[in-house]
Amino acid sequence: MTFLIQQTLVYTIPLMIVALAGVFAERSGIINIALDGIMIFGSFVGAFAVYLMQKENMLADNTQLMFVIAMICAAAAGAVFSLLLSFSAINLKADQTIGGTALNMLAPAITLLIVKIVSMQDRLSMPKALGFIISNPDIGEGLKPFFDKMFISTYIVIALFIILSIFLYKTKYGLRLRACGEHPQAADSVGINVYRMRYLGTTISGALAGMGGYIYIATIASGTAEGTVAGMGFLALAIMIFGNWKPVGIALGSLLFGLLKCIGATYANLDINGDGVCALKELGLPIYFYNIVPYVVVLLVLAFAAGKSRAPKAEGIPYDKGQR
Amino acid sequence: MSDIIREEAVKTECESPYVIEMIGITKEFPGIIANDNITLQLRRGEIHALLGENGAGKSTLMSVLFGLYQPEKGEIRKNGEVVTIKDPNDANALGIGMVHQHFKLVDVFTVLDNIILGVEPNTAGFLRKKQARERVIELSKTYGLNVDPDALVENITVGMQQRTEILKMLYRDNEILIFDEPTAVLTPQEIDELMAVMRGLAKEGKSILFITHKLNEIMAVADRCSVLRKGKYIGTVNIADTTKEELSNMMVGRDVKFVVDKGEPTPGEVVLEIDKMSVRGSHGKKNAVNDVSLKVREGEIVCIAGIDGNGQTEFVHALTGLVRVDSGSIKLLGEDVTAKSIRYRNTHGMSHIPEDRHKHGLVLDYTLEENMVLQRYFEPKFQKGGFIRFDAVREYAEGLIENFDVRSGQGPVTLSRSMSGGNQQKAIVAREMDREHKLLIAVQPTRGLDVGAIEYIHDQIVSSRDKGTAVLLVSLELDEVMSLSDRILVMYEGEIVGELDPKTTTVQELGLYMSGAKRWGREVQKNEG
Repeated sequence: MTFLIQQTLVYTIPLMIVALAGVFAERSGIINIALDGIMIFGSFVGAFAVYLMQKENMLADNTQLMFVIAMICAAAAGAVFSLLLSFSAINLKADQTIGGTALNMLAPAITLLIVKIVSMQDRLSMPKALGFIISNPDIGEGLKPFFDKMFISTYIVIALFIILSIFLYKTKYGLRLRACGEHPQAADSVGINVYRMRYLGTTISGALAGMGGYIYIATIASGTAEGTVAGMGFLALAIMIFGNWKPVGIALGSLLFGLLKCIGATYANLDINGDGVCALKELGLPIYFYNIVPYVVVLLVLAFAAGKSRAPKAEGIPYDKGQR
Repeated sequence: MSDIIREEAVKTECESPYVIEMIGITKEFPGIIANDNITLQLRRGEIHALLGENGAGKSTLMSVLFGLYQPEKGEIRKNGEVVTIKDPNDANALGIGMVHQHFKLVDVFTVLDNIILGVEPNTAGFLRKKQARERVIELSKTYGLNVDPDALVENITVGMQQRTEILKMLYRDNEILIFDEPTAVLTPQEIDELMAVMRGLAKEGKSILFITHKLNEIMAVADRCSVLRKGKYIGTVNIADTTKEELSNMMVGRDVKFVVDKGEPTPGEVVLEIDKMSVRGSHGKKNAVNDVSLKVREGEIVCIAGIDGNGQTEFVHALTGLVRVDSGSIKLLGEDVTAKSIRYRNTHGMSHIPEDRHKHGLVLDYTLEENMVLQRYFEPKFQKGGFIRFDAVREYAEGLIENFDVRSGQGPVTLSRSMSGGNQQKAIVAREMDREHKLLIAVQPTRGLDVGAIEYIHDQIVSSRDKGTAVLLVSLELDEVMSLSDRILVMYEGEIVGELDPKTTTVQELGLYMSGAKRWGREVQKNEG
């Protein structure tokens, strides 16, 4: 059980933060289909930061700080990268889906290009293994699921998630941002700068997605940047729709998917009640079944939830001050 | 005149009788002068109507007042002092607020959130809704604006949405309140309530600018009225000293008759018979049109009245074949056409003046002559072996243009998109009237047209009736419903809820049916949201 919770969190955390990234862009009125691309770019910059720090032997004795610095670099990179989307969607009033797709194509290309220049191979591997896991073997059994074999990113993401949810619902900027995604003309008529709010939403979105990208490769893919995040950005988009563009919904959606994904990855030695029997393995189902389940469930849930969920009304429509 | 104004400007704030003045405003756009030396002076505490047809320059003038356009000439004064307004925020800072024709409300927000949006009371960014709520409740009591601050906007009535808009202005302590065509979306009862609210606001010292083209409302509520015509300022009159006729003369530039000339109807054979027709709604839950049965005879005008969005659009789409009927039948001249194509209906006696002339009436990027033969190009007269006989088309179009007085830049080869709305509508009317038909379905035939064009189209519809056509009119305009129809059927939530005789009924009675408060002669108890 402890193992299951620990592993589920590993998968849940990047999805949760990236789905929240989607919420911030779309609630301000910008469709951010580029989440995947931004994750890729952020993950590369984070990995590159660690690569340089390890090479220069910096912070060798404080890997947690190194991780946090890498996350911040990834977030900054994501924010900057997302400006391309904001600029095309807000200033140039381009189609946001096409703009986002362009970013999705651009990100792996840039990443691989730089990776090849830096490391002369298709991937950027770390000089040293990443020692990011926090182990607390002496802690009480009841606390183990949440405090043993954990990543600092888990706590950071949960804290960020709560802070940003409060920002969205309890502050005046949150109220204004949501108004811009629903009825920008109304927001404009009361003196809110729609362009600025949309930049704000998309930039926060870019930062979160970039950070999520690095968290994904640091905690799941051993820190290696190779121009892909295995479609996690698109999964996060699906979870955002499943969660109805609301933080509570996406937290639940990420947990559900994280659990299924964790079962898929670990079913062979998953011993839930600690009796020494791996129940799922005993069933004798092929490995493909467990690998497919998370995606099938997401498809099914989406098919049923999509009808009820309600996208921000003005998302995807460029706002033009002149048109009234 | 200008000397007097200059003198006033020197006086102190409270001595100027005008709270806002726009003097000598001229605004040009390429090709047209939208505002030509217009002067508008609003007194403190008065209700001032701004009257003009579509395209008279009312919106441009208001955009200048809100800083959306900068005028080439002229100045704006607040309490006698010249001010510059560069954007809506400047206007807001001067206490100018506006209830837009299309409400600027966020559906999924509460009434309270909508009111405070942009001027949120907060501590370090965190919303302080409690004090805002108290203030809103207090304001709504003072001015008799009943709203539920915690209801979502999408769940409240249009009337309450409008009250929310008014509260938005009051919450911002606006002194100058502009109402842009506020009655277009309301039932007669709601209009009466709004008028009472406007009077109350004026009594409390607010100055109101009331933009409209409805003369009855001006006569009922305004103190003074300024009239614009074709971008020019015609004059300002005291309502107490004027008449409806004089106002309309000022607005149009000639005398206009308000009553449609028509004789008694002489109903003959049944042309259209609809039996228990239902059409599914777009959201799947409720039928958009539910169990509607009606008959239209030759030589009568039957009108479907109702507030926008009560199933009229779906009803007409089903009738004309644009969408499929789910159950029930449509008989045209005794023949069941429920499953027939649009072309079959068109060539078997149905003419249709559609609600949305851009979407369903014209191909905007086609020329006028091509649009004129849209439903007939396949007739032998207009084609030979699959090739269109353009000479015949040209001749035919020229005839229609002449007979129906359709005005355009280059005659038959004018691009439809470049024509004015009134002439686009005339072109459609010409096409539909000229085709052989026994049934004319006219949906909002005068929407957005000026008084002259309305008069013309009404005359055409009546003369068509007198020739023995069965006319089914769908209209949201109460004046049109009352003056044009021989029988009124009221549609509410997709059902016919009553049949009225325009000669014996009143607008108030009609309003009760339209808002669902009455059904087939009985009152309906209903909790308003």
